[in-house]
Amino acid sequence: MHRFANPGRFLRLADRLQPWLVTATMIAFAAGLYYALFHSPADYQQGETVRIMYIHVPAAWMALFAYCTIALASACALIWRHPLADVAAEAASPLGAGFTLIALVSGSLWGKPMWGTFWVWDARLTSFLLLFFLYLGHIALGQAFDDRQRGRRAAAILALVGAINVPIIKFSVDWWNTLHQPASIMRMGGPAIDPSMLVPLLLMAVAFQLFFFAALIARMKAELLSARLRTAMFNRLRAGTAGSAG
Amino acid sequence: MTRKTRRLYLIVVSLLLLGAAAGLVLNALSDKIVFFFSPTEMVTKPPSAGKVVRLGGLVESGSLHKLDNAGTISFTVTDLKQSVNVNYRGILPDLFREGQGVVVQGSFNNTGQFVAIDVLAKHDEKYMPPEVAKALKASGRWEETASQIGNGQVGNGQAGNNQVGNNQNGSIQ
Repeated sequence: MHRFANPGRFLRLADRLQPWLVTATMIAFAAGLYYALFHSPADYQQGETVRIMYIHVPAAWMALFAYCTIALASACALIWRHPLADVAAEAASPLGAGFTLIALVSGSLWGKPMWGTFWVWDARLTSFLLLFFLYLGHIALGQAFDDRQRGRRAAAILALVGAINVPIIKFSVDWWNTLHQPASIMRMGGPAIDPSMLVPLLLMAVAFQLFFFAALIARMKAELLSARLRTAMFNRLRAGTAGSAG
Repeated sequence: MTRKTRRLYLIVVSLLLLGAAAGLVLNALSDKIVFFFSPTEMVTKPPSAGKVVRLGGLVESGSLHKLDNAGTISFTVTDLKQSVNVNYRGILPDLFREGQGVVVQGSFNNTGQFVAIDVLAKHDEKYMPPEVAKALKASGRWEETASQIGNGQVGNGQAGNNQVGNNQNGSIQ
């Protein structure tokens, strides 16, 4: 792992991976959306409304996955002081916030026709809203210091503290009674979802996952290159003033 | 011990302590975090009249009927141990039907009748096309899933459904 933590090596690897990731993302989205919207059945209870699931569920999964990525990267940054881990955590945060927002909005639009309400303060919905605020806080705190390194350190600590919320979100529907139904896929006794719906759902999950990696790598690359640019400009400026003084 | 290992231990220990603290707080607050009370809880520890609470369970089959021509309906919410009769006047969600999970918000009036101000439908974690539901019912395997209700899991929101395709909504509205 330490071998790939070298920014130069990461940039070379990212350049080679990126076109493949972008192509795979587009293929997975095209296949997943076609399958989900045209080739999967309506639900026996919910009818066509069930198709919201193919956006809502992968977005919610990725919201949690992105947070776990940030927490892990933050731990690596705090313990081993890898500069690349800081960059990864910082780059993943707006992506995770986006996934969380998609899950919240699509869930709200799903809740109105099925449950009869856009929003309730049950344990699942409330803990998920807290996740959104954690993301916003993480983004803001990382940029709140003049010294970038201090901002990243503070944001990493916030990310680790907020990681407590991840199991709370996952198990909220089992620990307390909620309006949100319990887990359909990752539960004891296997998925409670018909294969004709599970396949498009997993396809969409793969598409979201690939998109996350492609976007994460692009954002990390941009940050590393702009850091290089800053250093180069600083060096040139310093050389310029040194030249004029001599 | 190097500084790196020290930092690793520090982070692991603080996360464990934080997790334990969060667990204790959530455990202490668990009465406040539940979204609704089951009919059994309502019958054994009835809230005072006029206090707005949420009641969750299944709409008992055959209990749904009109009370008057102004659109007031009456139905019974059950967890298969105890049941509470509910009066409601207003818009019902699409999924509302007999045998379906439901969460009603309202209060007991002075005569002990539960009057709902809001009705929310609750669905279970099962997704399948209508043909599969019909086939499961025809082959008798549906009963296995419906029997989950009998294990007292209704209060936990594991509401099953044994009234597929028997939507009595239309006759009410």
